[in-house]
Amino acid sequence: MSAAEEMKNEQSRQFERGTANTVLHIDDVHKSFAGLHALSDVDLDVREGETHAIIGPNGAGKSTLLNVCVGRLKPDRGAVVFDGEVLTGKSPHEINQLGVARVFQTPEVFPELTVLENVMVPALSKRDGHFRLNPFKNFFREKAIREEAESVLENVGLQAQLSGLASTMSRGDKRRLELAMGLIQHPRLLLLDEPTAGMARHDTNATIDLLKKIKEGGMTKVIIEHDMHVVFSLADRISVLAGGRIIAQGTPEEIKVDPRVKEAYLGEEQV
Amino acid sequence: MEKNVALKDTTLFFGFAAVILLLPILLEPIGANYPDLLQKIAIFGIFAIGFNILFGLTGYLSFGHAAFIGIGSYMTLWSFKLLTMNVVPAIMFSVILAGVFAYIIGFVSLRRSGIYFSILTLAFAQMCYSLAYSVLTPITNGETGLQTRAIRKSSETSLLDGDIRIIDQAFGVQELGVPTTNFFGMAMSGYTGFYFCAVLLIVCFFIAQRITRSNFGIMLKAIKSNQNRLNYTGIHTRPYLITAFVISGMYAGLAGSLMAATDPIAGAERMQWTASGEVVLMTILGGVGTLVGPVLGAGIIKYAEQKVSSWNEGILESFFSFLPETLQHFMANLGVLFVGEGWHTTLGLLFMIIVIFLPGGIMEGIRRIGAKFSRKKPEADTNAAAPQPAE
Amino acid sequence: MDAIFLQFLNGLDKGGAYALIALGLTLVFGTLGVVNFAHGALFMMGAFCAVTLQRLLNISYERVSETETDFLGKPLKEQVPYLQDIVGTDTAAWIGDYSVPLSIFLAIIVMGIVGVIMERGLIKHFYKRPHADQILVTFGLAIVVGELIRHYYGANPIPQSAPNSVSGSANVGEWFGLGPNVIYPWWRLVYFAFSATVIFGVFAFLQFTTFGMVVRAGMQDREMVGLLGINIERKFTIVFALAAIVAGVAGAMYTPILPPDYNMGMDFLVLSFVVVVVGGMGSLGGAVLAGFLLGILQSFASMQAVQNLIPGISQIIVYLIAVIVLLTLPRGLLGRKGVMED
Repeated sequence: MSAAEEMKNEQSRQFERGTANTVLHIDDVHKSFAGLHALSDVDLDVREGETHAIIGPNGAGKSTLLNVCVGRLKPDRGAVVFDGEVLTGKSPHEINQLGVARVFQTPEVFPELTVLENVMVPALSKRDGHFRLNPFKNFFREKAIREEAESVLENVGLQAQLSGLASTMSRGDKRRLELAMGLIQHPRLLLLDEPTAGMARHDTNATIDLLKKIKEGGMTKVIIEHDMHVVFSLADRISVLAGGRIIAQGTPEEIKVDPRVKEAYLGEEQV
Repeated sequence: MEKNVALKDTTLFFGFAAVILLLPILLEPIGANYPDLLQKIAIFGIFAIGFNILFGLTGYLSFGHAAFIGIGSYMTLWSFKLLTMNVVPAIMFSVILAGVFAYIIGFVSLRRSGIYFSILTLAFAQMCYSLAYSVLTPITNGETGLQTRAIRKSSETSLLDGDIRIIDQAFGVQELGVPTTNFFGMAMSGYTGFYFCAVLLIVCFFIAQRITRSNFGIMLKAIKSNQNRLNYTGIHTRPYLITAFVISGMYAGLAGSLMAATDPIAGAERMQWTASGEVVLMTILGGVGTLVGPVLGAGIIKYAEQKVSSWNEGILESFFSFLPETLQHFMANLGVLFVGEGWHTTLGLLFMIIVIFLPGGIMEGIRRIGAKFSRKKPEADTNAAAPQPAE
Repeated sequence: MDAIFLQFLNGLDKGGAYALIALGLTLVFGTLGVVNFAHGALFMMGAFCAVTLQRLLNISYERVSETETDFLGKPLKEQVPYLQDIVGTDTAAWIGDYSVPLSIFLAIIVMGIVGVIMERGLIKHFYKRPHADQILVTFGLAIVVGELIRHYYGANPIPQSAPNSVSGSANVGEWFGLGPNVIYPWWRLVYFAFSATVIFGVFAFLQFTTFGMVVRAGMQDREMVGLLGINIERKFTIVFALAAIVAGVAGAMYTPILPPDYNMGMDFLVLSFVVVVVGGMGSLGGAVLAGFLLGILQSFASMQAVQNLIPGISQIIVYLIAVIVLLTLPRGLLGRKGVMED
């Protein structure tokens, strides 16, 4: 084991002892693209059970941060620690198997599969792990999984399209399907990348209600969102990212009155 | 829905089995009811079903599957030469060996996707082909091809020219000249050979059907649909792909073994990449990703190959005899491009036409026609509109 | 030392052919986004342009000889090429002698037309189709072209000869102060020089013309060029025709080295795809570099000493290199990020 890895592990152990209720710990993450600093000195703690919103103007590095968390991007420096495990350097499927699910901003569904199958696949992954050789286990006899998938799809309001192909869905419906694919895994941490972007107002409200409902179930969520209505109805705590740095952190009330946030958003209409 | 699918599957399976077993009768009107052709249809059906497990389900286009055909054929011949003329051990060894090779080739090739994967598999197949003609001549007998021989008289004789057949000898099997391959005493020629292949085809179809309907199969389809997303869903796609590659390689090994079992000679030309191309064509002609399509494609191509290759200018002249004489000659001259030796021209043209106009293959065509008819009946409309779970 | 130098030379002409085919493949792939499995067939068609020209020049009529008689004393019938009557005996002989280099002109015309027809008639409709479909349809086309050639020209290789003035061997050893054993066929040197010139020409064309700039921009970012309002479709046709011409002249000039037959296209296609992948998909420089590299490596692998060391290596070296490169450098030697990585 290299010294750096050892240090990371030591860090994660300390972290485990010290702040037991912190689920996700982003530790001094740097990421630059061709000299451009997308993220610098990002430190962030997400506590067990909370809904943590990350907001910030366009190009602030929100999506980059999320991509670092799920293993899509490798940070230049620093580490992401989830529940005592260093995520940095792990591949996406390993990170998911640890209990981190991601809901994509642009819907990434399985277009050639039916809506029901789209949701059953992540459920199987949750139950059977990252690989299970079962070429003779009949998919259509997975009763328990299917019933669960049906109920999740009902929650997001897609119960009418179970056997339709995902490719034929509207964009808004695909977003709801995305959400269902994340929810069915009952992840310990759900990362939501603008879950309501492109939704009509009443759909947005339905999604907010749904996410509130899950919150009562104790799932930890990190949510990136532009829509301040969504952020302030859901978030327990908010981190504000601007120019690749965290400039403020606190409860919605604190953030509302924070002058630095106002400054960062100067010119943006939401505040 | 669950019951529906199960019922549909059972019906499909028994329907398929019945059609295959009745092929000698069903194909009589088109003059294709001779065992040699029927065997070929069954064998290439197996090959195409296996290829479809990889290409149809995962979308990974292998251009090197002919290599496994070759491996299966050579292994079978060596089993005949060294152990026994019984086909059962030969087939078992061939399938296992093809599986081992598929694991090695798949392990390397599947590190890349898309066109890189196609090129890697092509490169491996070409390596096998070149080696079979050069360094491996002691095993493959080069251009002459590997054949069964009479029991050798002395150990001086090379194994290529004289066999030992340890098991047959131990059981005191008397041989007059070069014996025929057999299945526990039943000679593997004529209709026995066909029914042997047909039963294996039905078994292979059954396995493929189960795989398609399984959790494993759905993962493969998800890989084809959006592999990236599947990774973020917690699935490690590589082992799934390797398994699919090995299964389809074993199918090809079985097909190669059966080719050698029904006609005990193996040559490297079976591994040429045009042979890999042929199975791609069978699969897309029938319908990629469907269960019945690949077998249908294999049947049509093998039938057409036999028929079209046997035609010549004379037949064309008489065929066009209803036309005025100059036109008759013109048509015959044009037609001769596509028949007899020109069969491959027809094949290539067919390839293009299918890809251009009917990428879904014949099964897609049937589905479209079916949808057109059912639309006329209003009560069937809702059924036709709701896409069925992947066929 | 001599032997090594000789093998190096040997690799150059083969490498030149690989590089020329791979260059066209990359050009088509990089700008049009089409994987063309019929590109080897274009090379072969070029080669058969040379065969065709030679046959055209030899179309003859029969006449009774005025001077010679056969063994029975009757006047001998002799074949006289029409060409001889048109331009005179000496010129006709000269043209006949230089039929291979002259066939370049025929190849340029024929392949230009073939390229335009192929792009307009077939390839155009496949821009938006999956790569698998492109591979399959062009594969089908390659089969058809190969079979048609077989139908009209027969299955056997048709030898072509280089002009007399360059048919011997050059004493290359002397030039470089090596031993007297380093002799090398002139025509292969010519071929190397020719391929280098064509490669240089194509690069210069892409570098210094406005058209070339658009094409290069298109290879970098296709959508961008579309947004600039440049009529990219027309340009595509020209690019494809250019690639076809490059493959065609490469094939025509290669005929004295390798007698063409109907399988030639397929053989070269597989190799040149390997070349493209090794060089890096979408990189023109990579295609040229990998073409020569693989050509030279292949010829080294066929040395007896190497053969004794690793039997059969000459047969598989190219594929082996491809496998190694693809696994260690996923983008090939000079490949760019983001090409074909979906």
